[in-house]
Amino acid sequence: MSEALTQALPGSGSRGGTRTAARPYWNPYVVGFLLGLVLLATYVITGRGLGATGAFSSIAAWLSGLFSTDHVTANAVHSRYWNDGAPLLSWTIFLLIGAFIGALVSGSQAGRVGLTIERGPRITDNQRLLLAFGGGFLAAFGAKIAKGCTSGQALTGGSILNVGSLVFMVSVFLAAYALAYFVRKEWI
Amino acid sequence: MLPFAYHMEFSVVADLAIAVLLGFGFGFCLERAGFGSARKLTAVFYFFDMSVVKVMFTAIVTAMVGLFLLSAAGMLAISDLYIEPTSYAAQILGGLVFGAGFIIGGYCPGTSVAAMATGKKDGMVFALGMLAGVMAYAELTPGFEAWIKATSSGEVTLPALTGIGMGWWVVAFVAFLLLAARGMDWLQRKFSHLRPRMT
Repeated sequence: MSEALTQALPGSGSRGGTRTAARPYWNPYVVGFLLGLVLLATYVITGRGLGATGAFSSIAAWLSGLFSTDHVTANAVHSRYWNDGAPLLSWTIFLLIGAFIGALVSGSQAGRVGLTIERGPRITDNQRLLLAFGGGFLAAFGAKIAKGCTSGQALTGGSILNVGSLVFMVSVFLAAYALAYFVRKEWI
Repeated sequence: MLPFAYHMEFSVVADLAIAVLLGFGFGFCLERAGFGSARKLTAVFYFFDMSVVKVMFTAIVTAMVGLFLLSAAGMLAISDLYIEPTSYAAQILGGLVFGAGFIIGGYCPGTSVAAMATGKKDGMVFALGMLAGVMAYAELTPGFEAWIKATSSGEVTLPALTGIGMGWWVVAFVAFLLLAARGMDWLQRKFSHLRPRMT
């Protein structure tokens, strides 16, 4: 693992202000073990695993509800996240609020917080932001079709040997590796 | 005996507080692994830094071993846990679209939160794209829901599908992780020339 990236990358994209040297990331196997314990704890407490995309679905249901409640309750997707009129009291939204705080604590403690745009040296900030939006759109759309994302399918379903989750994981990596060459200038 | 939620009535406040606490651990781990950075995440697709696979695989195997031990000790029945029904067509199609979004956008839903928390503007824009994506799915293509149900094979786990017990699968996954760890270090050395130079 000597060759792996242990530090935030230098010279990547634009960043606001100077920053002091960030501390190294933790060993991936150590973090993986800790993340596995969080996942196990989630199963032991709630009977189901982690998830992230659901929070975005809840926010979408809430936004639609601002315009028309009838439309939300009639919609096959929104209605599942309506939560009797309190879509923002979704468990997954609060999970992600916790994740935001946890990441902020970890990042500030290691000197890794600062306004930046992550990109390789061969594209512009605006190109990167455009691709970030498009990528987010596709990732969310795909997660809706697959009934889960890296959290809800890959991690959660993988650990319980769910065949659909394993198939999902293989498909994700297949598509990403197939496209990696074409977007290489975005990253390296 | 477990999971707790099946035997105890959590108030809404307690339930959401548990979510925040577990989320804290989730987000802390993601950031500590470097997954608040799109370049660190996408490095896995150019082989010079395999951290994404190392972390994910280790997490999956850790939780799998834990679930197996708890079930062997009679403290938890795997069949009591929620298992998302499998639809091969939906998970393949959705996985391919998701994978495209991952390499183009640089994040996945959970890691975009770690990115936002550490100030990545591209993480915030990715999250906005996600919101647009779930909105488009709900408003424009709600028909997918019926298709997913129609193509569902119900709950399918590897032990049920193969008749080989969970214990053997756990052993196989642990062994595969140990082998893959060596293979990934070899890959990282072989593709180290792609790694951006440290200045």
